[in-house]
Amino acid sequence: MSSSGSVVARPGLLGIENLDRSEIEWLLKRGHHHKRKPGESAKKLDTLRGKSIVNLFFEPSTRTRASFEIAAKRLGADTISISGEGSSLSKGESLVDTLNTLAAMLPDTIIMRHSASGAPHFLSRYLSTPIINAGDGLHEHPTQALLDALTILDHRPTLEGLRVAIIGDVGHSRVARSNVYLLSKFGAEIVLCGPATMTPKPLAKLVPGIVLTHNIVEAVTNADVIMMLRVQLERQNVLNFPKNEYFQFYGLRWEHFRRAKPDAIVMHPGPINRGREISSEVADSPRSVILNQVENGVAIRMAVLERVCGHTGESNN
Amino acid sequence: MSRLLIKNGHLIEPSSGIDAKHDVLLEDGQVAAIELSIDATDAEILDASDCFVAPGFLDIHVHLREPGIEHAETIETGSRAAAAGGFTTVCCMPNTIPVNDSPTVTSFIVERARRSAIVNVYPIGAITKESKGEQLAEIGSMHKAGIVAISDDGRPVMNSRVMRRAMEYAASFGLTVIDHCEDLNLSMGGDIHEGAHSVRLGLRGVPGCSEDVMVARDIILSEATGAPIHIAHISTRNSIEMVRHAKHLGIRVTSEVTPHHFALTDTDIAGYDGNYKMKPPLRAHIDKNAALEGLIDGTIDAIATDHAPHTGNMKMQEFERCPFGVTGLETAIGLTLEELVHPGKIDLKHMVRLFTSGAAEVLGLDRGKLTVGGPADVTVFNTSREWVFDVNESQSKSKNSPFHDHAFRGGPVATIVAGKTVWRAPVGVVT
Repeated sequence: MSSSGSVVARPGLLGIENLDRSEIEWLLKRGHHHKRKPGESAKKLDTLRGKSIVNLFFEPSTRTRASFEIAAKRLGADTISISGEGSSLSKGESLVDTLNTLAAMLPDTIIMRHSASGAPHFLSRYLSTPIINAGDGLHEHPTQALLDALTILDHRPTLEGLRVAIIGDVGHSRVARSNVYLLSKFGAEIVLCGPATMTPKPLAKLVPGIVLTHNIVEAVTNADVIMMLRVQLERQNVLNFPKNEYFQFYGLRWEHFRRAKPDAIVMHPGPINRGREISSEVADSPRSVILNQVENGVAIRMAVLERVCGHTGESNN
Repeated sequence: MSRLLIKNGHLIEPSSGIDAKHDVLLEDGQVAAIELSIDATDAEILDASDCFVAPGFLDIHVHLREPGIEHAETIETGSRAAAAGGFTTVCCMPNTIPVNDSPTVTSFIVERARRSAIVNVYPIGAITKESKGEQLAEIGSMHKAGIVAISDDGRPVMNSRVMRRAMEYAASFGLTVIDHCEDLNLSMGGDIHEGAHSVRLGLRGVPGCSEDVMVARDIILSEATGAPIHIAHISTRNSIEMVRHAKHLGIRVTSEVTPHHFALTDTDIAGYDGNYKMKPPLRAHIDKNAALEGLIDGTIDAIATDHAPHTGNMKMQEFERCPFGVTGLETAIGLTLEELVHPGKIDLKHMVRLFTSGAAEVLGLDRGKLTVGGPADVTVFNTSREWVFDVNESQSKSKNSPFHDHAFRGGPVATIVAGKTVWRAPVGVVT
């Protein structure tokens, strides 16, 4: 009963949900390899020399876009960046036509962010160029979950058995979905927390064993990792919560750490809204690994680009 | 004088209860004779051996897109798709451009149908002007011009006062109100059924309750006014249960279901393919099972396709940008056989009723039966021919079906309107 779409694509990276644990392990290992050691200056590699990579962002982005671009350049690839505004999309061209046009120029990979869930999945049925999903609507943001895992592993020996609380606008969060899939493949204990209107009950069924709560104190209790999510005002058709009391009930504050594990870390995919979902005190504290996440983003995206461009990494080891 | 003799077929005729081998002679647009065996040497013969012969099938819910959206479908192409699906009569929804909210538009459709359609086309008028849900359309004048029901399908009347007045007023002309039950506030922004699958795919949900609250409202208004109400494309377990209960209470409520709602569920949506996007959305398994139950026990009166053509480029987009709706005329009989008849849930008599007398009675149409002197509309189908639906071969101008490449067992064989064969299955597949 499936519809047409006969193209057999080289595998890109569309999401974490259908990725094997072994593949994730390879990416994490490779990402770790690409991390800069303290005091070391950035080496420019030639692993992907001659490869051309299109960065196609239909939605505003600072860190993800810059991160992919830096990663590609460190590997020696040629990159071009196109944003939604100023592209032919704003002239009424359809997404398929835009992508077909770009694909005709034979890039090796297209990195794509789009506000519509499934946009890269839909395109991958018609395009032979591999697509790396840099975030699709409310659905997945695979490289974010990978860099989050890499960051957690900077502070913990393993993901197994960790208690990870993901707090905020979970329902609208592609970061949360990708993290849930990744963490569950490694046996972490996942707690999702947020206002009832942003945490639809079926979230608890994404993977087995999820705990869903509307109480932040319960969520942070004994947590090893606290992942805060931005309130995605732009993705809500209408505001489903009283804005002014959000921080009171779901903002992460210093006092919450009394309940968490003594060495618990705080993460946030950014951009952060101080005083909305996280207090400045927490954001700037040593518990916060937000900037490590950004740093690890480059390393993990190098690993992803290598994998998608067919490089095994052997010669660099 | 044109004479067509349908020989050797197994006749299923709900109004007389005939369910046996009969020959049927059609003459000058009317049924001339129904006998165990007829010989008419001067008549054209249609050999219906191994086939079933039934009154012409009705689809009381289609979108023909004319006037205004002719790039997606016209009355002519839509009627050809209907014929290829075994339908001799279709009722077309008023959401054209302009909306069929006046006798001028109604007359245009009636005239276009007379000149270009190969099946009977009965227009459905709007409930309110421009289907804006505010002021009643010219319901009486449209009735005189040929509408058979009223509906603001796709843009349902949210204002219960307006709905109440529409039901009262329409009933005085013998017209039934057809409601697409959807609370637009509850469903706002939704693309697929709200549930585990929408959460997983990151698509916004259309909750089942957005249908249920309006079905409840309509039943209550029907009870209060005594006017009939017909629930279009019913899709949730709760709605079906409420209709069942209302019928027990003697309230004048009827309902229809689409083949895609009893054949598919939300988990069949794959690859963010816009050809699985329609309203109401494909629901959960319990809803699909409830639809099957409703068909079995008579809660659901008719099968209707909600044939909703959209051009290819409209469905070749990001899922959330795709318009709602799928084509359905040519796959309806095949899907009904597959989901209901072959598994033994209903018998063929029941299936024929759902496509003929059941559908006709919902709107009070004098169709859906084969009686001597009555209209010579006949559907010939079989239950064994194996065929594959190729959307590129579709008679419809649009190709937005989720059933492309689907293999069927049984389907329409010949479609006869007013004694004339308007469609036959491709040569070589007729047994």
